[in-house]
Amino acid sequence: MTDSATGPGAMWVEQAGSLTLVELSRTCGAQVEWLVELVQEGGLEPEGDAPPNWRFAGASLRRARVAWHLKRDLQLNAAGAALALELLDEIHALRLQLRAGEPR
Amino acid sequence: MQFKDYYATLGVERKADADEIKRAYRKLARKYHPDVSKERDAEARFKDVTEAYEVLKDPEKRAAYDQVGQRWQGGAPPPDWDAGFEFSGRDGGAPPGADYSDFFEALFGRRAGVPPTGHARGGMRGDDHHAKLLIDLEDAYRGAQRTISLRVPVAGPQGSVQWRERQLDVNIPKGIRAGQHLRLAGQGSPGHGTGQAGDLFLEVEFRPHRHFRVDGRDVIVELPVAPWEAALGASVMVPTPDRRVELRVPPNSAAGRRLRLRGLGLPGEPASDLYVVLAIVLPPSDGTAEQQAWRTLAKAFDFNPRASMED
Repeated sequence: MTDSATGPGAMWVEQAGSLTLVELSRTCGAQVEWLVELVQEGGLEPEGDAPPNWRFAGASLRRARVAWHLKRDLQLNAAGAALALELLDEIHALRLQLRAGEPR
Repeated sequence: MQFKDYYATLGVERKADADEIKRAYRKLARKYHPDVSKERDAEARFKDVTEAYEVLKDPEKRAAYDQVGQRWQGGAPPPDWDAGFEFSGRDGGAPPGADYSDFFEALFGRRAGVPPTGHARGGMRGDDHHAKLLIDLEDAYRGAQRTISLRVPVAGPQGSVQWRERQLDVNIPKGIRAGQHLRLAGQGSPGHGTGQAGDLFLEVEFRPHRHFRVDGRDVIVELPVAPWEAALGASVMVPTPDRRVELRVPPNSAAGRRLRLRGLGLPGEPASDLYVVLAIVLPPSDGTAEQQAWRTLAKAFDFNPRASMED
């Protein structure tokens, strides 16, 4: 069976401005409650004072997805996922440094 | 049909208890988790490990698997080996969305991620779908319009799963990177009742390229140079995913030297960099004249490349 759809406007999520909590939850497939916990643990840093006003930068999407996969596959809680995100950031920064230090 | 040794996959003995199995699984799952691991084949290994655990953690499935395993003779399944196992409750076959081996599905059945039907309450929004979008690096440099095919599971008669293929035209924006997402509004599951359709999210991934590698934002190309180009310096043409540019190789460049072409990586604000890594390549030297040239070279230098290894 085949059907086709033509030319739906594809939106570049990371460039389209900020996401609300509900949008982020839909986009990364994670539960709203769990995302709130992740924010409380410092794993994501939205602008705004309370969950209904939170606005997430486009780059949060990847972090939220990675954290959610870690929870789903490794049963990490929000604190553990936030720690993993920080360590992954650090590894990434170290790799960049390592590369900058290679012989030129 | 390939028999899968789930005990070997997890590295546990056949008599391992539930705690040992869980421990082994968790350790391997952390090691090979695709979001964390830099191991080669991490994704494939993670799938194997997850599948093995899915069976061995569940006493019913483990018992059925052990029974089949005992009667499996050198690659050939016993004649009635897949004659219907029945499992209790919702822990039947593969979880929705999981991608398990044929072996697993033959043994435990398949339950694809078919959206449940018949629970329309007024209007409920359709589910969002997620898929990977493989693109060429060139598309991210220039922007492109591509037609993609997606396979969508749909419920067939008697709850069986059928695959429906659909095609979508997608505009790939210039400068998009691996791990970023495109959202196609209304292309997810249809809404229930009067509800809106869900969206389709595509996560971008680059197809492996013959010449270029992408690492985060940076693009890397290995450039072959002749020994004399590396020694004396040279001006050479380098391909970028977009065009060809001239590069000055500095004299006395060692193999592996990285040269940065600022702003010639992926487009953006700012554009990333393209790194050229030099690879010194020897010319074929079968003829007498070529060999003579190397001998002359050897005589011209007082050079011991292994000096640092001698005490």
